Amino acid sequence: MDVLYGLVTPFRDIAGSPAFFVEVLIGGVAAGLMYSLVALGFVLIFKASGVFNFAQGVMVLFAALTLVGLMERGVPVVLALGLTVLVMILLAFAIERVVLRPLVNQEHIILFMATIGLTFFLEGFGEMLWGSNVKRLDVGIPDESFMVAGVLVNRLELTAALTAAILVAVLAVFFHGTRIGRALRAVADDHEAALSIGIPLKTIWVIVWSVAGGVAIVAGIMWGAKSGVQFSLSLIALKSLPVLILGGFTSVPGAIAGGLIIGVGEKIGEVYWGPLVGGAIENWFAYGLALVFLLFRPQGLFGEKIIERV
Amino acid sequence: MSATDGTGPLLEVEGVSVRFGALLALSRVSLAVGHGEILAIIGPNGAGKTTLLNVISGFYHPYEGRIRFAGRDRTHLKPYDVAGLGIARTFQNVALFKGMTVLDNIMTGRIIKARGNLLLEALYWGPAMSQELRHRAFVERIIDFLEIEAIRKTPAGRLPYGLQKRVELGRALAAEPELLLLDEPMAGMNVEEKEDMCRFILDVNDEFDTTIVLVEHDMSVVMDISDRVVVLDYGRKITEGPPSEVRTDQTVIDAYLGVPHAS
Repeated sequence: MDVLYGLVTPFRDIAGSPAFFVEVLIGGVAAGLMYSLVALGFVLIFKASGVFNFAQGVMVLFAALTLVGLMERGVPVVLALGLTVLVMILLAFAIERVVLRPLVNQEHIILFMATIGLTFFLEGFGEMLWGSNVKRLDVGIPDESFMVAGVLVNRLELTAALTAAILVAVLAVFFHGTRIGRALRAVADDHEAALSIGIPLKTIWVIVWSVAGGVAIVAGIMWGAKSGVQFSLSLIALKSLPVLILGGFTSVPGAIAGGLIIGVGEKIGEVYWGPLVGGAIENWFAYGLALVFLLFRPQGLFGEKIIERV
Repeated sequence: MSATDGTGPLLEVEGVSVRFGALLALSRVSLAVGHGEILAIIGPNGAGKTTLLNVISGFYHPYEGRIRFAGRDRTHLKPYDVAGLGIARTFQNVALFKGMTVLDNIMTGRIIKARGNLLLEALYWGPAMSQELRHRAFVERIIDFLEIEAIRKTPAGRLPYGLQKRVELGRALAAEPELLLLDEPMAGMNVEEKEDMCRFILDVNDEFDTTIVLVEHDMSVVMDISDRVVVLDYGRKITEGPPSEVRTDQTVIDAYLGVPHAS
């Protein structure tokens, strides 16, 4: 009876204080979009090269570290941002040359292992370059809140949400309406056929890793501004795995929807039902949901269903 | 030799050999394909027919010999450069982009034809948009030509095999190639589908003046549509000539019936 009571009372709380519920909702959306930003990087690379890039999380960290490191040395924000973009593009060239090109036509699992190697390399390299202490990232967006119609809104979270929304819109158009977008999808689908119709594989890979690097910069800035630039930043990649399972590995809108569902779900679960199980719902909610999806809809909400004819 | 004025052969393969480890897949094969010709390459399994196509389209590189296209040497070009020169191909086991629609698949064939500002294109605005529309119009013509209007929005992976082959032909045509390489265009088709495919190949040759090199097993098809036939066996060219001659050639009959090799 107590359990039932505990399960039901939160609904009464929600009805009793809708403003607070909206605040929780907004908090969830903001957190969810942050997950989505990281998941986006995964989706881009997976779509274009079929590689599951384990290093995406560490790319976020590396981008943030580079930006902060440059700013600490007195480089103005805009210039530092430009240089970081340049660094990420150079990184894309290097990865294509050193990691992808020698492994072309290898099994997916081998490329995946290579990206694990890349993860360790980038982590160590970043630490060597910029040191390992926690750094504050101040990009000029104050982490403060204001009231809109009785609801508390955080300026930083709002900015992050808007940025993510714009980024997604641009990427969606990029992938579906254009020649490059079609070339990217073609490469993802069949390397040989893509070559035969005149698509240079190497160029496509560099483009897609550069774009993923750009997404990593945005994600790095947002996460860094919120919780400081530190090495645990690379662990948010783990949180974006359930997002990918939910949304589907090949879908840009899926990454967004998946992030939102998980962000909102875990916040509401934590705030309202947390006390019932002694808290920490936020820590496992995403993985639990992913497990359910793997059982009943392994291609995710928006992923392409793979039908093999035998 | 040939000149660039268009009077010489379009494609010349001169003494090309390809080796996979100890296996000699092609041994000093030479052939020439004239403008507007339909050339069939036949031979028993493992004769090196597909290898020859792969060499021409740049997937393999010969360790000796040369390949000239439109009078220029292009022996060591990469596949995507070959595509840029005006050579398109299809594959023995259909290589379509299975998750993409028929329309998108054929649109990818236009990629090498498109030029312009990448940023504008990403924003789908201005000249890029009119360019996209022009390509779209051309692709619609191909779709009409191949009679696949009904399936244009269907993901390619869901189509029956025969139709997939037709879509793959469409994608190759979208690049407006001068030379079209077809690797077993009729494989796995029923009689009706084969008849359709024959008609398309002849029409392409006729209407677009496209030179065609095809590898095919179905002898009646080969005899019907090709101007000239090259016969390969164990990586060597054993004969070439018009279909009527090749059909009665004793070396060809031996190769197919498996008479022990005298050499």
